[in-house]
Amino acid sequence: MSKLKKNEDEHYVAPFSAEVSFDELQDAPPSGKFRLSFTGKIGVVVMVFWMFVALFGQFLAPFEENDLPFPDDYSEFQKPRPGAWLGTDVDDRDILSRVMYGAGRTIGISLAGVIIAYVIGVTLGIGSSIAGTRIDLALTQFFNIMLAIPTIMFGLVVVAALGSSIPVLIITAGTIFSPVVFRLSRALGMDIMVMDFVEAAKVRGEGYRWIIFKEIWPNAAMPLISDFGLRFIYVILFVSSLSFLGLGVQPPMADWGSMVRENLGALQYGESVIPILAPAIAIASLTVGINLIVDDVSAHAGGKLSGRL
Amino acid sequence: MDKKVVFEASNLCINAVRDDGSELPIVKEVNFQVREGEVVALIGESGSGKTTIALSALGYCKPGLKISEGSTLLFDQDLSAMNIEELRQIRGEKVAYLAQSAIATFNPALKINEQVTESAVIHGSKTQPEADSFAKGLYGALDLPDPDNIGTRYPHQVSGGQLQRLMAAMALCGEPSLLVLDEPTTALDVTTQIEVLKAFKKVIRERGAAAIYVTHDLAVVAQIADRIVVLYNGDIQEKGSANAVISKPRHPYTRRLMQAVRPLPAAGKKDKENKQPGNVIEINGVSAGYGGDVTSNPKEVILKDINLQLARGEVLGIIGESGSGKSTLARVIAGLLPSFKGDILLDDQKLQPRLEDRPRSELRKIQFVYQMADTAINPKQTIGNILGRPLEFYLNMYGSKRKDRVLELLEMVELPKEFYTRYPHELSGGQKQRINLARALAAEPEVLLCDEVTSALDSIVGANVIELLRGLRKNLGVSFVFISHDLSTVSAFADTIAVMYKGIIAETGTVHQVLSPPSHPYTDLLISSVPELRVGWLEEADRNIQEAKNKLEQGNLT
Repeated sequence: MSKLKKNEDEHYVAPFSAEVSFDELQDAPPSGKFRLSFTGKIGVVVMVFWMFVALFGQFLAPFEENDLPFPDDYSEFQKPRPGAWLGTDVDDRDILSRVMYGAGRTIGISLAGVIIAYVIGVTLGIGSSIAGTRIDLALTQFFNIMLAIPTIMFGLVVVAALGSSIPVLIITAGTIFSPVVFRLSRALGMDIMVMDFVEAAKVRGEGYRWIIFKEIWPNAAMPLISDFGLRFIYVILFVSSLSFLGLGVQPPMADWGSMVRENLGALQYGESVIPILAPAIAIASLTVGINLIVDDVSAHAGGKLSGRL
Repeated sequence: MDKKVVFEASNLCINAVRDDGSELPIVKEVNFQVREGEVVALIGESGSGKTTIALSALGYCKPGLKISEGSTLLFDQDLSAMNIEELRQIRGEKVAYLAQSAIATFNPALKINEQVTESAVIHGSKTQPEADSFAKGLYGALDLPDPDNIGTRYPHQVSGGQLQRLMAAMALCGEPSLLVLDEPTTALDVTTQIEVLKAFKKVIRERGAAAIYVTHDLAVVAQIADRIVVLYNGDIQEKGSANAVISKPRHPYTRRLMQAVRPLPAAGKKDKENKQPGNVIEINGVSAGYGGDVTSNPKEVILKDINLQLARGEVLGIIGESGSGKSTLARVIAGLLPSFKGDILLDDQKLQPRLEDRPRSELRKIQFVYQMADTAINPKQTIGNILGRPLEFYLNMYGSKRKDRVLELLEMVELPKEFYTRYPHELSGGQKQRINLARALAAEPEVLLCDEVTSALDSIVGANVIELLRGLRKNLGVSFVFISHDLSTVSAFADTIAVMYKGIIAETGTVHQVLSPPSHPYTDLLISSVPELRVGWLEEADRNIQEAKNKLEQGNLT
């Protein structure tokens, strides 16, 4: 102890050599590589599996979606057995084949819907953040009103008025989800707009096109991509809900939401839970899988964004 | 002699844990003690580990950091061995922390007194009435106005310097044995800094508390510290009494730090004689403001009837404190904020007030260099694209011509060619500031508007940037409007100085004229507030500062 104390009053000078230049210190560069966690990897496996089924399911399915695997057997909700590995549904059709056909429809409609939501939302959102107060106010108020309408109600009214078809479903989903995307991209755009580098571009005399595509967009892309995954899930759930209510994909076409509705009787008669569980598990596993990936992406994007802004 | 040791870092090593599990040393085998009633300054540039060490005195490591070896002892208790509950007991009670920004520390929704007394009351060391009267005593000791009632205000109702002192009251309310002050005056104006320093010094002396004072500013340290620890890259370079380190620095790094502190040039700097004829920029009776109809009748007028000339090839320094309107003036010249009265002439041609109405050729001639390189360059563009864009935009340079010119520009700002393909986050703060500068130079401008370009940089790095600016000016013949709150930097670089005060030009003239008496009382206040690099300056300066302040308050604004 005494030694330390003596040391403390001494004028200490670290050894040095003439060569050391004492350059400016640099922060450790952020580990920019995107890494998937274990759960993220599970998510990727699940999503790749369903994307594969969505694309090729109808070619690989053992039966056509409305074929009867056992034309001679008239009993509905048959237990799984060779030839129909998940059993049959209310109309004796093969559940496995219908889940495979339905994958393409559910995922395809949702994906198209979320893309439309994004095209509308991002264009108007970033446009709104850069445009003058009046346009911004008008757009914001318009989308606020849209947000105030309950999604399912809105969907019900539109489908009731225009009839249910796949294009109507896609456009409805796109319209319903665009306000959320609008608000997110507007907020992101506003945050980036006030950065000095955007002002520097303005002082340089750059036009809107450069500012939007070269200054704002690259900085908004990451957070928007992670939200895209999340929004995709909501659209899947929305489309499935509409189908469940009978307003989505119409029979006899297969779709996960409508399969749950068609086969509700199975629960009533206590025959088998598989006709309902199979499409429900499909919806659940896909949404959870995407969520696991989004978690990783947004953690990555979030870290980078907060470090930068 | 044998004072009690309050805090001791012994063989302290702190590592940063990377994502892939590898560890990077941030603090390397640091030993030092803080004894009762003693202020120990940790000084170093950003990245030197000074804040990390100071936080370890609270038993805290930032996320991603961990103490890998050694210990931090508070009254012989090992902080690193304590769990969160034990740490909670000592934080605020035995050791208190003062952050850099009081504005960020105070909750805007609660009254000041509630926040100042909170920790003492929570820890049970004082009852609320006891804490209240104790806090009032502290307000008085910190020279705050109206100590009885200031606690009933909300944070936005007091000034920045007052809030900084109130934060000190917050830290002192629990009567801690150790105070950790992290750059508490860095964000303040010079004149405010003096007040805050004075108050801190007085309170620390009166209460006999020990303190760790973290800063990069040697001149400030000289005023308040008893002992100084100089850090570079997590290593102690030099350690000793303030007097010894300041008057006889032995380590080359300490000497470099001292050189970077520019003394205020004495009046008498020779005025330049070989002036080129004509003015690049003439500002005639310009007024501007914010809110309402900016172009004809703004709600709040910031600039009032400004008249200034910038001679060709010269440097016009503009100095003033925050709120004086100096940055607004730069924005008006750049066209970001249109003036509602008066004209700005560029090469004897009248400039349109609004940026959007100016032709590209005029925009090219005036380039703006921002304070914060971090936000002024787009993190998603490569250096090559950042510097190449003005070349395409103003000078129609494409392909290999553009690339060659970008490499030339990199050379001009003394950066390696490899930076062409790099992204901004791969560069250090000083390097980014050079890119920021190179982008403005790419346009081949006649005037560079530099808004506090060295304020966010460490002293050595900032001094290097000023050297670079000097060279560029000599070689390129560019004119500068150089805005800063730092009088010594401005007077070292500028030919003429305009002192701004509350939106008017208080005084203008050559550096010599402005620095030599008689000056405007506000200039006097600024001059006497620039800290000098010697122990004991604070006490001497006090009288001059008071005098200048009295004059200002009497409204003697001639």
